[in-house]
Amino acid sequence: MTYLTSLFAGLLFGLGLIVSGMVNPGKVQSFLDLAGAWDPSLMLVMGGAIAVGLVAFTIAKKRAVTFIGEKIDLPHGTKIDVRLVAGSALFGIGWGLAGFCPGPALVGAGMGLSSAFIFVAAMIAGMLLFELIEKVRRPK
Amino acid sequence: MSIAWNAFTPWSALTGGVMIGLAAAILILMNGKVAGISGILAGVLKPFNRNGYWRLSFLLGLLIAPTVYGCFSPLPVLQIDAGVGRLLLAGLVVGLGTRYGSGCTSGHGVCGLSRLSVRSLVATLTFMGAGFVTVFVVRHILNW
Repeated sequence: MTYLTSLFAGLLFGLGLIVSGMVNPGKVQSFLDLAGAWDPSLMLVMGGAIAVGLVAFTIAKKRAVTFIGEKIDLPHGTKIDVRLVAGSALFGIGWGLAGFCPGPALVGAGMGLSSAFIFVAAMIAGMLLFELIEKVRRPK
Repeated sequence: MSIAWNAFTPWSALTGGVMIGLAAAILILMNGKVAGISGILAGVLKPFNRNGYWRLSFLLGLLIAPTVYGCFSPLPVLQIDAGVGRLLLAGLVVGLGTRYGSGCTSGHGVCGLSRLSVRSLVATLTFMGAGFVTVFVVRHILNW
């Protein structure tokens, strides 16, 4: 059951990325281009998603288990540090450079686009590099 | 700043946004998990992760979305300006940055802001700010 609900959530998320235009790097970069011809569409993508998300997470915060009895796993980190800010800044640079963030890149790969495959392969390499750096810095 | 009214697509943006919000709602209210795509992907990269199947099925859903969409309507043509070098560099820093920053547009931007997390607000303002600056430098200073 949990696999079915997460499969459906992934599918709906992906369809939302396509419908909203967020999957298109050119549209994302037009949103990020404040000095050019600015396309504000992505503000509405965020707004629509957060409007629904606010309701869902308000319900989730009040419950211990989900509607099908799974444990609710909410993040509890509140720390605002160099790691968070530097990491997010790096992510923003990559997002601006290619116009892809992780979700749309995976959907692009699902379209069979070689550019998306290249981006996803490099992104996975970056994630593995993070694991490697952390292992070297903090051996267990 | 000038607004590109001809490129502005308010209704499809809002509709797609609501679909993304519903997907995040299903994942938190059924599976009890946050729809943070970079975190979900990083989780399947760890070997021997016994709790990884919900992640794989979520990612599978994302990957098959274009095929399902294509059954009803022609897929949009994506405009991708970046060449191989820029895609590789961008992918690498997105992979590194989302791990150090513990999230991306979905985890911090959608789910984190919906949880009213200050940490996610700081992350979202940071990556959006960095995205604005990067596109400004690339398009208006370097003229790539």
